[in-house]
Amino acid sequence: MSPYSLISKNKNKTLFIMLVFVIIFTGFFYLIGKYFNAGNSYLIMGLIISTLSTVGSYFYSDKIVLLTTGAKPANRKKHYDFYTTAENLSIASGLPMPKLYVINSPSMNAFATGRDPKHAVICVTTGLLEKLDRSDIEGVIAHELAHIKNYDILLSSIIAVLVGSIVIISDWFLRSFYWRSNSNNRGRNPVLGVLVILALIITPVLATLIQLAISRKREYLADASGVLITRNPNGLADALEKISQHSKLDNISPAVSHLFISNPLNSNKKNANWFLNLFSTHPPIEERIKILKSM
Amino acid sequence: MYIGLGILIILVLYLIAQYNGFIILKTRIHEALSGIDVQLKRRADLIPNLVETVKGYAKHEKEVFTQVTKARTALMNAGSLEEKARANDMLINALKSLFAVAEAYPQLQASENFRDLQRQLEDTEDKVAYSRQFYNTNVLDFNTKVEMFPTNLIANIFGFKKFDFFIANEKEREKVELKF
Repeated sequence: MSPYSLISKNKNKTLFIMLVFVIIFTGFFYLIGKYFNAGNSYLIMGLIISTLSTVGSYFYSDKIVLLTTGAKPANRKKHYDFYTTAENLSIASGLPMPKLYVINSPSMNAFATGRDPKHAVICVTTGLLEKLDRSDIEGVIAHELAHIKNYDILLSSIIAVLVGSIVIISDWFLRSFYWRSNSNNRGRNPVLGVLVILALIITPVLATLIQLAISRKREYLADASGVLITRNPNGLADALEKISQHSKLDNISPAVSHLFISNPLNSNKKNANWFLNLFSTHPPIEERIKILKSM
Repeated sequence: MYIGLGILIILVLYLIAQYNGFIILKTRIHEALSGIDVQLKRRADLIPNLVETVKGYAKHEKEVFTQVTKARTALMNAGSLEEKARANDMLINALKSLFAVAEAYPQLQASENFRDLQRQLEDTEDKVAYSRQFYNTNVLDFNTKVEMFPTNLIANIFGFKKFDFFIANEKEREKVELKF
């Protein structure tokens, strides 16, 4: 597949997902409204909220993602290797220089976000910069630049924000639903009640499926095109090997976990929220290393 | 008749699309070339400073200084790509001997200024290498298009010629890795 068709595919997918989000979200609101006998006003409310949040997430997804991860802007003097490798690889790939951020953590991980190469951000943890040597860091940055070049960042950042809002809203409704059904449940249609419960379950599952469908293959692709920039598959292979030992990050929302180069969630521990366990968007690292070593 | 007209229109559209493809690549090559020049100039600007610093500690190593200065002037005056590549190699070799000379002066090695310059020089050298890589990638794309069928026919019609690669001596990237 040529890089250009990859880009337009990502853009189309983004548009599609935005539409699906608006439709699901509005329908979901409508069902809830039906249950409370106010279908139309809930419908309009859902339409307004979902449209605003999709448009907002297009323009501000990078800022929202950076905010939820607690990243700080990088400094050329302090993060010299990070800064210069990013400069060099931008030159090599003909991309504008992305904005650079760091997360203060001894863990090793990295991600890219933004809506296009002109509004792109690369973020790494300070642990990664300390523990990896320069050619490993180059491998990681090139992988992230490949995500930027392919517009993977657009799709995955928007999904992060939209899935994040679905998580918040369904949580919120679930709570108010419990609360209401305890206090007063007379005169309501029981069938609609079932529908509401179904919607509550289906929406997060759907959201998860969308996420699963989009991100495994693109990791392999970004690995390969990253290597095209550095001409050094061992750098990234080494980096992945080290990162996989120690990639868990605290306080990372599962909604943004698919942005990271290696899964920042602890896969051994069960999450409190059951469906968050379904967010296993990362292909096995051993597989990625094997492919890189055979290049 | 209509079928003939339809085919003609499709052909013209194809021709336009391919022509524009060539122009886009060509623009990118020129952009890449000026990118190399920017980095070469950045490096050339660092050199007088470096020479001054080293002179402060190693006054009598005159031969090395003239060698570096000569290579720098050659690079700045180089016009064609081939001249640039040759002058670039020359400068790299001259700098190599300069740093070799510097090894013998521990005080110089300890100087903050020298280390900073060395770091900056390393960095620009990397950047020269990477901008060269970007240039060569684009040239490769363009040349492939010039040679491959059917785009070679279009290249012939509009007179698009192959570009030269920026060939550098293979040791360069290795040499850049100066360890502290």
